[in-house]
Amino acid sequence: MLIKVHSKSTLKENEVTDENTYINRRSLIKKMGFLGAGSLLASATSSSHAGGLDFFSSKEDTVFARKSLAFKKAQPSSEVLTPEKKVISHNNFYEFGTSKSDPINNAQSFKVNPWKLTVSGEVNKPFTLGYDDLFTRYPIEERIYRLRCVEAWSMVVPWLGFSLSNIIKQADPTSKAKYVAFETLDDPEQMPGQRSRRVGGGIDYPYVEGLRMDEAMNPLTLMSVGLYGKTLPPQNGAPIRLVVPWKYGFKSIKSIVGIKLVEKMPPTTWNILAAKEYGFYANVNPAVDHPRWSQASERRITSGGLFARNRIETLPFNGYGEEVAHLYKNMDLRKHF
Amino acid sequence: MGKNRVELPITLIKLLIHLCCLIPLVYVYWQAFNDELGADPVEAVIHFTGIGALNIFLVSLVISPLAKKLKQGKLLHVRRLVGLYAFTYAVFHLLNFLFFEVQFDMSLFVSEIFERPYITVGMIAFIILTALAITSPNVIKKYIGRRWQTLHNFTYLAGAAMVIHFYWSVKSEIIEPLVYITLLAVLLTFRKDRFKRWFK
Repeated sequence: MLIKVHSKSTLKENEVTDENTYINRRSLIKKMGFLGAGSLLASATSSSHAGGLDFFSSKEDTVFARKSLAFKKAQPSSEVLTPEKKVISHNNFYEFGTSKSDPINNAQSFKVNPWKLTVSGEVNKPFTLGYDDLFTRYPIEERIYRLRCVEAWSMVVPWLGFSLSNIIKQADPTSKAKYVAFETLDDPEQMPGQRSRRVGGGIDYPYVEGLRMDEAMNPLTLMSVGLYGKTLPPQNGAPIRLVVPWKYGFKSIKSIVGIKLVEKMPPTTWNILAAKEYGFYANVNPAVDHPRWSQASERRITSGGLFARNRIETLPFNGYGEEVAHLYKNMDLRKHF
Repeated sequence: MGKNRVELPITLIKLLIHLCCLIPLVYVYWQAFNDELGADPVEAVIHFTGIGALNIFLVSLVISPLAKKLKQGKLLHVRRLVGLYAFTYAVFHLLNFLFFEVQFDMSLFVSEIFERPYITVGMIAFIILTALAITSPNVIKKYIGRRWQTLHNFTYLAGAAMVIHFYWSVKSEIIEPLVYITLLAVLLTFRKDRFKRWFK
């Protein structure tokens, strides 16, 4: 699907990093910084916020095997894509640790096959999708979406997947179905963050998210099973995740095992944790700041290193207002943030 | 003093401090300039210099209790150097924020300082560290006289502001900042006699 894009955020083609220039981030320097600056003090903690303290976490050598997928290609984007290496190494997926590089380092042996995604709740035809169904039941297309994190950085990602509405239509919702509730896999053995509060950032797992029915049925709302032409790596939410491009990234729940249609607004993980900071709707909105970050602008992660001038204005609904603004016509978005 | 004490090689210790503080800093920036420091070098350098400043600052607070314990008064000669490196890292931390995070958007820079409580306390720490750094040369110390010690007691307030800055900056992963708060508290208990005197 072609998404029209305004040129404000357009970056030059030559700013795309060659994959080969990207080097493994768990580099010697973090260890040196750790030894130099804090060896006396920090041995009790491992990686999280500061990144420089992950000296003690083990490094995995295996790399998760991704498969190529057949899909309908998207129109070329006028926006510079975030290089694949960055898309798969800069992730908020606290089930595998709280620093951005933890998921790629801790998730490579994650098992996605067999998988079971259960569609249930207020539906006439509940059903379950197995691993292979995720890639064969619905036609897979490429969609190039902007991803805006609540932490005020963003990426442009070529996802592969299908509209969530396909699943919902197949389940045949009853008249009571007003919301859709999502749940991530609950597997502490595979997910270190679910085993330990320290690694998992103090979140109550499993991670849960939700959408209003009309949001879920919007054609933009994507169930993604891949990116950059291949199946998803675990750090990006393999084997299947949600992508809601007009909402902050934390709404786009990863590694989903349950989709349940419900009558009442379902609980959502970050809202439970800090209701004043994270609302149910979480629409990208430059006019409403997060207590800790201005949301008026963002840093677009592409390439170019420290001196990349990558701060751009944030657009209402992340630039997808044409497609989704009508969903919120009579709502006060300052109150329903 | 019954036994002969070993003379501390102060010059050598100072050299090691220089190397331990400078080499990682240069190397991190070299990587960041070349886009080899993870997907988001901006976040990486901000976190590295921030946590680095805090680590070095805490090392500076270890020195005087350690000197007392080991009866090595000469160790105090390296305290200023360590403190100045904590300040140096803090300068880089703040400049990272201005240069690379808000990218010279001065109105955003100023509004962020006043509107985000964690940045406000971070700035308080930075202002104190700046005052301490400026008044650290011996000439200025002599010039200021007795009030120098009063000024430099603000070190402890700066420490508190730094750990609060860290604690408030995280989304939910509070354990690491709590470890730092605990470490600071332990280092301050070594000075409880001094604090008691203030309140007499």
